[in-house]
Amino acid sequence: MGIPNGLLEALKPVTLVVGHYGVGKTNFSVNLAIDLVGQGYEVTLIDLDIVNPYFRASEQRKLLEEHGIDLVAPVFAESGSSLDVPSLTGRIAPAIETAGGNRRVIIDVGGDDAGSVAVGRYARFIEAGDYAMICVLNRYRNLVQAPEDAVENLREIEVASRLKATALVSDAHLKAETTREVVENGVVYAREVADACDLPLVAACVPPCLTKISYDVDLYSLKMYVRSPWE
Amino acid sequence: MAEKVLMKGNEAIAESAIRAGCRFFFGYPITPQTELAAYMAKRMPKEGGTYLQAESEVAAINMVYGASAAGARVMTSSSSPGVSLKSEGVSYIAGADLPCLIINIERGGPGLGSIQPSQSDYWQATRALGHGDFQMVVYAPSTVQEMADLAYGAFDIADKYRTPVMILGDGMLGQMMEPVELPEPRTELPEKPWATTGHGNKREKNIANSLYLVAEELEKTNFERFERYEVIKANEQMSEEVDCEDADIIVVAFGASSRIARSAVRAAREEGIKAGLFRPITLWPFPTDALKATVGKAKAYLSVEMNMGQMVDDVRLVVEGAAPVDFYGRTGGVIPTPAEVLDKIRQINEGLGE
Repeated sequence: MGIPNGLLEALKPVTLVVGHYGVGKTNFSVNLAIDLVGQGYEVTLIDLDIVNPYFRASEQRKLLEEHGIDLVAPVFAESGSSLDVPSLTGRIAPAIETAGGNRRVIIDVGGDDAGSVAVGRYARFIEAGDYAMICVLNRYRNLVQAPEDAVENLREIEVASRLKATALVSDAHLKAETTREVVENGVVYAREVADACDLPLVAACVPPCLTKISYDVDLYSLKMYVRSPWE
Repeated sequence: MAEKVLMKGNEAIAESAIRAGCRFFFGYPITPQTELAAYMAKRMPKEGGTYLQAESEVAAINMVYGASAAGARVMTSSSSPGVSLKSEGVSYIAGADLPCLIINIERGGPGLGSIQPSQSDYWQATRALGHGDFQMVVYAPSTVQEMADLAYGAFDIADKYRTPVMILGDGMLGQMMEPVELPEPRTELPEKPWATTGHGNKREKNIANSLYLVAEELEKTNFERFERYEVIKANEQMSEEVDCEDADIIVVAFGASSRIARSAVRAAREEGIKAGLFRPITLWPFPTDALKATVGKAKAYLSVEMNMGQMVDDVRLVVEGAAPVDFYGRTGGVIPTPAEVLDKIRQINEGLGE
């Protein structure tokens, strides 16, 4: 079903994906990158997660390259190395600066304000162009279950990244245990956050098995790419 | 029923410990355990508890020693190299017969090793983490839910037997996310008449100590402690069995590698190979009784571990040569795949036909 219209319109040449740690940002970013290729775009995915070296976009290089996506990974993230050193590559700024036209850049940012600090260094390049900053919300993620906690988390991310969020996406899920009720509760919660922040809720993510149900928000069907070795 | 939430293993342990009445956490950051400490830093002040980042692992475990002596529910957490640093303090705590919870979210070793998941501290955890005659109860959860449940119950076991308890996890379990139903917060905690809380001239003084200048006295405390270990061995063994009743090949695996083994066993069954999974949940006491019950029925055993072969010793001690006990493992932070384990099961199965 691909990217729903509301979400597609909310995307810009440079789109940052931010949110609380562990809500599902990387899986969302990888889906978005692959689906944008399907829309005919040339896509660069920047893995800017340098605060936690586990379950990040760089682990998906093979999948991304199969889809013709250019992955910009942290310096020590690959070739089997897991050196726990927050180090950014010189490829990031040029990728941001050359975004536009048919070239789309998605930046998968690390969790919370801690993960967003790395964005701050590029804020002036990003602001110089047209950008979107999408905050991913998951009503079922511990510590941000109250809408006010999610709002506070987003404010902290905005301060650390020196950028303003432009849209919200609900990615309410309990991994394989996601049900219709989970998605629906997630949307109610995301709307409360959207009202408090005065930001548009542009889509609700659902697993492919739940796309037949209609909700009062655009659905974005996500494949589960980020998974444990036995899943 | 409480609503499920999505949590990392590290966070689930921390939240569950708080709900079990733990109000003191002393630690030092190390990957892949750091979220546990970070979570405690965020949550403890809200519960009126103490989170303290010590100047070192050695300091942290000695703070645990002090808080435990004073009767508190207390814990520390670290990853492999940091746990080694704590070993002297753990021995003191065991020697003073004090309860506490120690978390080891293992990474590849030896040395600084890697920050990827590993199970290579099995020997260290089960053979005694530190010098002297002692053991401690060691739990090996395999899901985020089990991390929460075992952390919650571990404090009761620690208090009941006055012993340090360890949860042995690994970087995979600590970092991965699963839905969890968290336990209800404890409202009542057990009395600790032995705690050093001030005698107020109303009772004999309590002393927390592991120094004995008379050899016979030290021997006596060791004898008493080992009598307690026999009670623990009789009452606290935990394990899970999947399709073991009619199994020709029993795969023995704990923690994250049991998740991989489970997938492999399921695939083997689909191919018509009679495989089963035996999963120790307590590593000490090793679930000898339950595994022993399979001996004589199974034709072969396979221990699957993320190390060079450590638990396989305990499996062999139980099987006592009644059937071959094979080993498959990856080490250094490499995670075995279900396909690799399935291949090994197939090989063993072919050998059975000969």
